[in-house]
Amino acid sequence: MGYVMATRADEIATGDPAMAGPYRWPDAQGHFGPYGGLFVPETLMHPLTELREAYERYLDDPDFLRELDADLRDYVGRPSPVYHAERWSRELGGAQIFLKREDLNHTGAHKVNNTIGQALLARRMGKTRIIAETGAGQHGVASATVAARLGLECVVYMGEVDVARQEANVYRMRLLGAEVVAVKSGTRTLKDALNEAMRDWVTNIDNTFYIIGTVAGPHPYPAMVRDFQSVIGREARGQMLEKTGRLPDVVMACVGGGSNAIGLFHPFIDDQAVRMIGVEAAGDGLDTGRHAAPLCAGERGVLHGNRTYLMEDENGQIRETHSISAGLDYPGVGPEHAWLKDTGRASYVAVTDDEALAAFHGLTRTEGIIPALETSHALAQAAKLAPTMAKDQSILINLSGRGDKDMQTVARMDGLQL
Amino acid sequence: MSRIQTTFERLREEGRTALVPFVTAGDPDLEVSLALMQQMVAAGADLIELGVPFSDPIADGPVIQRATERALANGVSLRDVLALVRRFRETDRETPVVLMGYLNPIEVMGSVPFASAAREAGIDGALIVDAPPEESHELVAAMKTQGLDLVYLLAPTSDAARINAIGEVASGFVYYVSVKGVTGAGNLDVEEVGGKLDAIRAQIALPVGVGFGIKDAATAAQVAQVADAVIVGSAIVGQIETLAGEGRAEEIAATIGVFLGELRTAIDTTDRVAEHV
Repeated sequence: MGYVMATRADEIATGDPAMAGPYRWPDAQGHFGPYGGLFVPETLMHPLTELREAYERYLDDPDFLRELDADLRDYVGRPSPVYHAERWSRELGGAQIFLKREDLNHTGAHKVNNTIGQALLARRMGKTRIIAETGAGQHGVASATVAARLGLECVVYMGEVDVARQEANVYRMRLLGAEVVAVKSGTRTLKDALNEAMRDWVTNIDNTFYIIGTVAGPHPYPAMVRDFQSVIGREARGQMLEKTGRLPDVVMACVGGGSNAIGLFHPFIDDQAVRMIGVEAAGDGLDTGRHAAPLCAGERGVLHGNRTYLMEDENGQIRETHSISAGLDYPGVGPEHAWLKDTGRASYVAVTDDEALAAFHGLTRTEGIIPALETSHALAQAAKLAPTMAKDQSILINLSGRGDKDMQTVARMDGLQL
Repeated sequence: MSRIQTTFERLREEGRTALVPFVTAGDPDLEVSLALMQQMVAAGADLIELGVPFSDPIADGPVIQRATERALANGVSLRDVLALVRRFRETDRETPVVLMGYLNPIEVMGSVPFASAAREAGIDGALIVDAPPEESHELVAAMKTQGLDLVYLLAPTSDAARINAIGEVASGFVYYVSVKGVTGAGNLDVEEVGGKLDAIRAQIALPVGVGFGIKDAATAAQVAQVADAVIVGSAIVGQIETLAGEGRAEEIAATIGVFLGELRTAIDTTDRVAEHV
C-alpha cells in the first residue's frame, strides 16, 4: 500500500490536513484515505473498469443528468419534503427536529434514488439484465421496480434468513417480475447475498449490470452510489435554509452500509459547523457482541472489494451480525464512513434494538409517521440528543424509509401475531 | 532458485505438464488434509494448492464454498493452515505448497508477520484472489523479502495492459482462469484457452497454469496440451464432500489418490501442442 495504514487513524484528529480545503475524496483509485479501493478477483476487474468509465462519462453528461432528474421528479416524486416534527420536538423538549421525508419516495425509501441512476446507466451501457442484493428487501424492491419500468430482466439475491423475515417484500419483488434467489450459504443474510451477486456477475458479465444498493463494494460503487444519493442532502440543505434561514446544527442518519447517511451528509461536509452523526445498530448491546456496529465496535479489514471497518474475529473471519432491522444487519460499512470517522468529520454511535423500537413508537404516536426500523435507530439517537440542545437549535434526520414492511417484526416484539 | 521454479524447470526438461491439485485446508479436518497432501504427492501431484478458509469466498462456486464452511465449522484458521504445512514439511521437502485464499485473514495477521510465518512453515507462495497488484504493494514487498512467490489470476477478460501489470509483480507462475465464472463453473473451450495463453506468454515469462473448469481426465488431458500446469480443485473437493461424512482420513486420501492417478496418466499421455517457456 502506498499509504500508512496501521497507525494512521490514531494520529488523525479533527483538522487533519487530509481534510483541509474542499472535500474531494475518493482519489482516482477509489481510496478514501486508507479505505475503499478495489479488492476484487481479476475476473471482476474488467467489468469494474467498464463501469467506472461509463460512470465517469455520464456523471457530467447533460443528457444523462436531464434524464435522471426527470425520473427523480416524475417517477420518484422528488423533491421529498423536509418536515418539522413539532409535536415530537416538544415532547423531547429540546432541539427542533426536522425530517427529510425519503419515506415518501416511490417504493417507500431512499433506495430508489440510486437504483434509478444505476439502471439508467445500465441501459446506456447496453446491459439487458440487472442483478441486486438485498437485506430488508428495500433495495431489491427498488431494483425490481426500475427493472420493470425499463424492461430489464432482474434477479435479486437475498439471504434465506431475510427471505423468511421480509416475506411481504419478497412478494412485491416477484409481483414486479423479478426472480428472488434465496441464498443458503454462510450466515444466509445480506453479506452472503452480496457474495452470491458477485458470483453471478463474474459469470454473466457480458449482459449483466450489478446494482449495489449501498456505499460499499469495490470502486466505483461507494462514490457512485453516494453521488446518486447526494440528491437527499442537496435538497435538504436548500430546504433547511429556506425553512429556518440557516443550516441545521446536526444532521443524523442510520448507518448499515451507509447510503442514506452519506446521501444526507455529503453536501454538508464542507459546512464545518454542521455536526454529522451516524447511528449504527447496537442490537442487544455493544457489550453482548450481538450487534451490527463495525464503526463503533469493529476493526479494519477487507471485505466485498473495499477496506473498511468490519465485524470480524481474531482470525479475520467475518462475524455474524445482529439487528432487529434487516437493513442494518451487515458486518461492514461504506469506506467513506470509515474515513469520516477517522478524520473526525463525522461521529458514529450505536443504539440498541429496544431503543430503536421505543423511538419507532414515539414518532408514530406523536407525528402519525411510521418509520422503518432502520430509520428508527437515527430517531432514537435524536431522542437522546435533542433534550441536551437548545430549543432554537435543530437536528435534521434522514427519514430514510417507511415502516410498513416492519409491521410483522414490531408486532412480534410487542408479543402479537398478525 | 525457489521450489516452485525448480519444479517447473524440471518438468520443462522432462517435457511434462504439472498436475496441481487444490484442497481446502481443514476440510473436513486437518488430519484428512495432511493425509491428502501426502497421498496426492504419491499419486503424481507436482505442486499443491492449499485453500485457506474464509467466511466470504466471492470467487468460489458452491463446492468450494461448502468445503470452506466445513473447515470453518472446525474453527480452522490461517495459523492452523501454517501449522499443517509445517507438519507436511516433516516428510516432504520437495513439493511446493501455495496457499490460495482471501486477503482479510492476512490483513488481520499483518503482511510482514504472515510472510515470515509462511516461510518458516515451508510455504512457497500465495495466491490472494482479492488482492490485485494495485492493492498489494505491502504484501508483495513482504513476500519478496522472505523469498516467497505471489501468484496472480488472469482472466479471459484481462487485456494487454492488465496482463502487463500482473506480469510486473507475479512470480512463480500465473494462474489462468479458463472460464468466466467461479471455481467449478462451466465448460472450457481448449482452443480459446490456447489462444489466450499465447497472448499471455507473449508478455509474461512465467509458467502458466490453467484452472476453473477441469472436471476429469479428459478435460485435464485437453488442457495439458496448452498449459504448463493443470489445476484441479472442485472435482477433488466434490469427492471429499461425498466421503467426508463416513470415511476416515486414509480412505479419503486413497480415493483422491486414485483420481489424481487417472489425471496424471491422462496428462502424461497427451500430446503437447504449445511451445513452452
